[in-house]
Amino acid sequence: MADNDKPVDPHIDPADPDNRISLERRAADSEHAAKIAGEIPERRQPDAPAAPRLRKPARGGLVKEIGSTGHEWDGITEYDNPMPRWWLWTFYATIVWSIGYMIAYPAIPLVDRATKGFLGTDYRQEVAAEIERFDQANAAIQTRLAEVDLDAIPNDPDLVNYATNAGGAIYRTWCAQCHGSGAGGARGYPNLLDNDWLWGGTLEDIHLTLQHGIRDPQDPDTRYSQMPAFGTDGILDRPQIARVVNYVLSLSEQPHDAALAAEGAQVYADNCAACHMEDGSGDRSQGAPNLADAITLYGDDYATLTRIVTEGPYGVMPAWNTRLSEAEIRAVATYLHGLGGGE
Amino acid sequence: MQILAKHKILEKNATLLLVFSFIVVTIGGLVQITPLFYLENTIEKVEGVRPYTPLELVGRDIYVREGCYVCHSQMIRPMRDEVERYGHYSLAAESMYDHPFQWGSKRTGPDLARVGGRYSDEWHLDHLRDPQAVVPESIMPAYGFLADRTIDATHVRDRVQTDAWVGVPYSDEMIAAAAVDFRAQADPNADAEGLLERYPGASQRNFDRQPQLTEMDALIAYLQVLGTMVDFSTFEPDPAR
Repeated sequence: MADNDKPVDPHIDPADPDNRISLERRAADSEHAAKIAGEIPERRQPDAPAAPRLRKPARGGLVKEIGSTGHEWDGITEYDNPMPRWWLWTFYATIVWSIGYMIAYPAIPLVDRATKGFLGTDYRQEVAAEIERFDQANAAIQTRLAEVDLDAIPNDPDLVNYATNAGGAIYRTWCAQCHGSGAGGARGYPNLLDNDWLWGGTLEDIHLTLQHGIRDPQDPDTRYSQMPAFGTDGILDRPQIARVVNYVLSLSEQPHDAALAAEGAQVYADNCAACHMEDGSGDRSQGAPNLADAITLYGDDYATLTRIVTEGPYGVMPAWNTRLSEAEIRAVATYLHGLGGGE
Repeated sequence: MQILAKHKILEKNATLLLVFSFIVVTIGGLVQITPLFYLENTIEKVEGVRPYTPLELVGRDIYVREGCYVCHSQMIRPMRDEVERYGHYSLAAESMYDHPFQWGSKRTGPDLARVGGRYSDEWHLDHLRDPQAVVPESIMPAYGFLADRTIDATHVRDRVQTDAWVGVPYSDEMIAAAAVDFRAQADPNADAEGLLERYPGASQRNFDRQPQLTEMDALIAYLQVLGTMVDFSTFEPDPAR
């Protein structure tokens, strides 16, 4: 086969216009071949050994050379820089620790349960035992607290001391979200520090409220009453509500429209007096608040009172006898009773 | 090391590397996941856990959508301090109908596994509208807009069906009645007999005190059922579990 019969390499075929740039570059490269070769830095030569890198003198003042790992990619070699020894040994130690841990604690799944580990750890038993330990420690005083007459608690310094501390802790866990961490209440959630009680402030009343809650939908013995939604349910029209709100404002001697208030007296007598009493002093047996004092649950401005009369408030407090033990409920009751408003 | 030298074959062949990587990941997954399906202590049977009602399920989707899990866990660990603060430690069975579960891993806010019944609906309403109004120390953002977003029952049936497909035991009857149950639960005047029969212990009331059905209704319905399904006064933990 003759030479000129050889097929031309398509990549350098001058007939192909796409090859123009690469052909020009090849020509330029061959023109300057010697110069290009001379400019390549020493260590980029593929076969040259990696240049030794200097690092801080080790103890004894010797300068150590770092060797190559022997890995090479397209002429790039890799320094052999191992992890610091302390790091490496810590790593090995964690592996050894993990073996001991797997033997000591539940770890490896078998046919129907995992290995138990020779420590026999069981979180359920552990937490039960831990709770039991504290229950045991408090058993004597808790039993006494749960069994004595409610009235006798305030006369027993030991019980009061225990109940105030335990009750405070329980209060901050379960009650503070509504009544505030300082028991000062919030709009819609009664203040427990003052003398104004919706359902009564004796130890017995507080105890009952805690046990069964107020309007708790799950507790059949809950304290229950419902103020009608006078506006929403169409019992009173807007002018009537405006009159009665002014009358209620006049009861607590707030700024009000005297003419409207005078007209509201009859609306009040027909619709409100049954629960809130004629003089507005309220009725604790129905949780009807005193309207004649300066303390309000939702606010004493005209807009709020109008909203309350229109929509009817429906404050709910959960029953606690499903979550707290009798001793715990009595502890909270004693704590609250001792806050200042207790009767 | 002859075998290590062979590893080069894998390193130089992308397809082989992919196939073998997949095999390795599969083995790891099998070792970690398979035992959970047969080990007795992971499949403890517990009385009382029922699938979520359609309204609770939608509320749960809102919980997930709003990222509540980023700050609230739903997993009470078996430790004395947690049990005393939140209630009985969580059981695996209590989240068996959760897809995905909401155990979480970070508590910026408190655990919510047993928040159901702990507060009134009114409190949830006040608290979601303005958390600092009831808990001044709180850093939780407000979610009052949920009360303005009405929801209808258009996709509820599909939503329940989807959970049925992934293994939640919703019966055909439950799926068929999904939209009815969805509307009935937040309407105190609706006939709830079917709802209560299908979902024992479901509470029916107007959760957000507005006439229309809103996302607030759904979210509060969900929060109020959390952790309340198992009756712990009769629950006996299996000591050998």
